[in-house]
Amino acid sequence: MSAPAEETQKYRDHEGPYFGSFGGRWMPESLVAALDEVEQTFREAKEDPEFLAEVYRLGRDYTGRPSLLTEVKRFAAEAGPARIFLKREDLNHTGSHKINNVLGQALLAKRMGKTRLIAETGAGQHGVATATAAALMGMDCVVYMGSEDTRRQALNVARMRLLGAEVVPVDHGAKTLKDAINEALRDWVASVEHTHYLLGTVAGPHPFPEMVRWFHQVIGDETREQILTMEGRLPDAVAACVGGGSNAMGLFHGFLDDPEVALYGFEAGGDGVETGRHASAITLGRSGVLHGARSFLMQDEDGQTVDSHSISAGLDYPSVGPEHAYLAETGRAIYEPVTDAECMASFEMLCRTEGIIPAIESAHALAGVARLSRKWGAEGEGKIIIINLSGRGDKDVETAAEWFRMLPGQENDPVAETETAEKTGDESPSPAPETGVQS
Amino acid sequence: MSTEATPAEPSTQAPETASRTAEAIEAARAQGRAAFIGYLPAGYPDKETSIAAAIELARNGADVIEIGVPYSDPVMDGPVIQQATTEVLARGFRLPEVFEIVAAVVEATDAAVLVMTYYNLIDRMGAEEFARRLAEAGGAGAITPDLIPDEAGEWIAATEKHGLDRVFLTAPTSSPERVAQIVSASRGFVYGVSVMGVTGARDQVSDAAERVVNAARSAGAERVCVGLGVSTRAHVEEIGRYADGVIVGTALVAALRDGGPSAVAALTAELTGAETGR
Repeated sequence: MSAPAEETQKYRDHEGPYFGSFGGRWMPESLVAALDEVEQTFREAKEDPEFLAEVYRLGRDYTGRPSLLTEVKRFAAEAGPARIFLKREDLNHTGSHKINNVLGQALLAKRMGKTRLIAETGAGQHGVATATAAALMGMDCVVYMGSEDTRRQALNVARMRLLGAEVVPVDHGAKTLKDAINEALRDWVASVEHTHYLLGTVAGPHPFPEMVRWFHQVIGDETREQILTMEGRLPDAVAACVGGGSNAMGLFHGFLDDPEVALYGFEAGGDGVETGRHASAITLGRSGVLHGARSFLMQDEDGQTVDSHSISAGLDYPSVGPEHAYLAETGRAIYEPVTDAECMASFEMLCRTEGIIPAIESAHALAGVARLSRKWGAEGEGKIIIINLSGRGDKDVETAAEWFRMLPGQENDPVAETETAEKTGDESPSPAPETGVQS
Repeated sequence: MSTEATPAEPSTQAPETASRTAEAIEAARAQGRAAFIGYLPAGYPDKETSIAAAIELARNGADVIEIGVPYSDPVMDGPVIQQATTEVLARGFRLPEVFEIVAAVVEATDAAVLVMTYYNLIDRMGAEEFARRLAEAGGAGAITPDLIPDEAGEWIAATEKHGLDRVFLTAPTSSPERVAQIVSASRGFVYGVSVMGVTGARDQVSDAAERVVNAARSAGAERVCVGLGVSTRAHVEEIGRYADGVIVGTALVAALRDGGPSAVAALTAELTGAETGR
């Protein structure tokens, strides 16, 4: 109802609280006033030239925007004839796309007179970005992180502490991202007067899905301009990994109303969606409410949240942003799972062919696109696919070294077939998903 | 500002059943006191003990009993209740157990029995089916801590159909417009959140509590009960001076954890003043 030109602008700039039947505010009443304040501040700031200039200036002078668009010919050649480009959000300050949203929300927090930022983090990227913004703007910062994730991402814990943030390991539930969000919400209910909850993805109660997308739209806007400049045409497809889905929404937004551009989101398939050990909320989830939004949700017959599983902490979340649920339901975007094994094969492939170490999260998108290009085969000749390389893999080197048995005491045997079989219980290391793939 | 509050008391709209929670609170009022509302989690530490403990609540002066439904992501609960409900889930608790527990407590006591549940558990079963089964078990209604009236269309329809109470929360930060909306959507009573925070015993009752009660009354609420952080007889007496009911949870759960149903009985008697023949 907000889009004046309904036909040409069907999806872009969709405002909350609802995206089709998804979204909303499934939240305790205690937080509604704070959400209203955030929304009002956001709406005013969007119209304030000074605010826009400050967001732009920080993006350019601090984050390093615009990020590059890099064609990866050697990587593409191993998959199929389609051309593949990477949107290099991994080159941003702090190493991922997360900084875009964090700087924007931190500015809003200051505008609201808040002095303390709290955040949840899975892989640690959002926590690091929030700690960074807090340091830059002189604010207090507490980051909640599942204790399982503090173990997986010890280096990022140290980074946050170096940046002056307090990191609180969360020991409840599955001890991962969803539990960190629960704990951050509990903090916020009690501290809302002086604290802003800097939610890190396009999930949560209104206005977060719309607002976080807005701060990441720069990804899609830049990409569109860059590919038009470089190739004189729009891509045939754009792709990104989807956990909560912020990097994907940022990229998708630039192409939502170009029906000729296919949108692909790749979810964490873990050990394979058929095993139940995965984080593919859209592929196998059903509608439910968690953390303030109605969306697709991994839940059992009683409505209890089911623990998600993924090699990547950043995608290890049992739900997904409500706008993704909407794009999936309308068919505008296609979502498919990528297993840990497929993901790690593409992780290794990008390292080896291009000299770029991706975040394991982003490697899900690499794997999904490699699969797509393989499937297209000769039909893919001349086609262009752009992947959002949402983060760099420094934080994942230890996980990858363990996976590929490169650590002391492990046999140095990269990409060994025995390795894959052992990790997945799958006899074939070849990435050939048979289940639940919507294509 | 309070024009949104419906002039008609919502309970009069119920097709067959009058609000059982309202009756219990009014009965306490007739005795010149605030109602006592006690919370315990379903199935903690096991099904039989949780029924026995809830019955002790009623025997020792509780007018209304809240049976909390264990949930994987209880964002409004502090450590004591979280730990209890996590244990219940870990031993394989399934949702239908709640209706069995409610039925058993209703059978054995005169108290109004509400469930307190996060909304996804209702949503997954379907609001209509959940309400039907709750009514069938003899439950009086439900408190939904993460459901605001804005999202409650299905739940309101289902509870109307089955004559159930629906208790929404109002907070110290709720605007007059929102308070009016909450009061108008609630049936049975309005739950006044006394402090900004999660469940858990606190040393002092926040001075926000009385403001919350007054705001709800100004918006037309006939019954406002106060919870969060209430743990002593002194708190109960203090809140009882201005509210229609006092809600205690964490302190009772801790008593059950440490001393079983007999400890719940002793604490309830102390909190309600039953031991002094109130």
